[in-house]
Amino acid sequence: MKNKNKTSVGSLFLNAPYFIWAALFIIIPLAVVLFYAFTDGNGQFTLSNITTLRDYWRPILRSLWYSVAATAICLLIAYPFSYVVCRMRPASQKIANMFVTLPMWINLLIKTYCLSSLMDGNGLINQALVAIGFGRLPLMNNTGAVIFGMVYNYLPYMILPIYNVMSKIEPSLLEAASDLGCSSVSRVRRVILPLTGPGIVSGIIMVFVPSVSTFYISAKMGGTGDFMIGDLIEGQIHSQNNNLPVAAALSAVLMAIILVSMLILNRFSKNEEGGSVLI
Amino acid sequence: MKKLGKVFLGIVYAVLYAPLVVMVLFSFNSAKSTTTFKGFSFRWYLNLFTDRSMRGILLNTLLISVCAAILATVLGVIAAYGIYKMRSKKLRSAVNTITNIPLINPDIITGVSLMLLFTFFGTWFLHNSAILGFGTLLIAHITFNLPYVILNVLPRLYASDVSLYEAAMDLGCTKTKAFWKIVFPGIVPGIVSGFIMAFTLSLDDFIISYYTNGHFNILATSLYTAVKKPLSPEYYALYSLIFLTIMLLLTAVNVLEIRSDKKKTTVKK
Repeated sequence: MKNKNKTSVGSLFLNAPYFIWAALFIIIPLAVVLFYAFTDGNGQFTLSNITTLRDYWRPILRSLWYSVAATAICLLIAYPFSYVVCRMRPASQKIANMFVTLPMWINLLIKTYCLSSLMDGNGLINQALVAIGFGRLPLMNNTGAVIFGMVYNYLPYMILPIYNVMSKIEPSLLEAASDLGCSSVSRVRRVILPLTGPGIVSGIIMVFVPSVSTFYISAKMGGTGDFMIGDLIEGQIHSQNNNLPVAAALSAVLMAIILVSMLILNRFSKNEEGGSVLI
Repeated sequence: MKKLGKVFLGIVYAVLYAPLVVMVLFSFNSAKSTTTFKGFSFRWYLNLFTDRSMRGILLNTLLISVCAAILATVLGVIAAYGIYKMRSKKLRSAVNTITNIPLINPDIITGVSLMLLFTFFGTWFLHNSAILGFGTLLIAHITFNLPYVILNVLPRLYASDVSLYEAAMDLGCTKTKAFWKIVFPGIVPGIVSGFIMAFTLSLDDFIISYYTNGHFNILATSLYTAVKKPLSPEYYALYSLIFLTIMLLLTAVNVLEIRSDKKKTTVKK
């Protein structure tokens, strides 16, 4: 009896710091977001913050479709990319992988700035095009540029998880598939694709989540009508209007978007592989 | 088909690295422009060493990253050991879910929610809504670093041999002593990688810091102010140095790994 008591005191001592920390700085902040979303400046309950969101349905939908497009493009590039890398010699695979990770270490802000200095109206690409007598191309300040900026920044986050699962597929499994009469196309469809499912799911999460919530890429690469939900939140907090309740309401919407997409992905991955995977 | 694959890889790498090449190239620009190259100079690199405000910002960044990484590692190791020792499966999965929240939540939500918490606390309890600064930034950094430390340490704990721990207890070790003698040495690699991860995440974080830093400027937040205007090539010079350092480190790690792989395969043969 005495011994049992001792262990529970010991585990309490072990768990208490993290429990307190997680409650204070993970759980309560999310509750505070909801508190701000449903109250006015004086702490009185109101729905006006939520109803003002009606004015913002366009940027909210826009965020969704931009990030879905960016995620899909990343997947379409990352999958064949990983496939090609997996067929190289082990040493070359390491090097190829290293050059995928390397850009991830450089801050997104400066990478996006450099990208825009390339694609700008007077940027390096257009300077070159003018020099050869081709004329300027409208590469920047449009929807395509925003999506391209997201693909550029988040592509490594799609490649790495897919490569990780794909490189662990036993070559003997692929040989067996061929021996049993699989063509190379059906080998990809029936063996490689199902086995890489978990990698695809975590890749989608790792690209979709930062894309849907981005605020610098859309402001820098997009035109005046390309701002997204992240830009709205930033504007409500950091510009002169400093409207925390509306920022909180927008954040709540963003949280709901993430939650719903997670649920969809979890269901999807369960149907495919019989187990849910997160990162 | 194989050639086509190589060409595809080449194009992807070219796109990934084009902006970085521009960054390194224009860090040597003699003019203060990031789009027209006037001539070659080391001016911006020299500027880095004489610019006092830049030095202050770098020191701030280092200070916050070191403090956050150390505190997150200590708290994270305790948390991981607590989770590992948990008997109730339900409780454990609940704690794991909570640990995952900062990983899955977009950074902007983590940042905004912490900012709202701090302002809420400030306005309702301290009657001072301007409490954002070093302290709040440190709390924010520890919070987003914690899951990474825990996720690096937990697998090491699960891989450790329980019978060794029990043997140590049978031979008269106290729990604390058994932990330090048996469990701890096994999880050191996880602690080190967790610490490094926390440190680098702190160095690079922008979004969460942007919402919680107040007037305490670190590299990423001052970079954000800078990229809103035409950017000074000084930042290009700084990030080129960072880029070079990381490239050298990664190359060294990969060369060592490839060598040890080769040794292993020759031993097998």
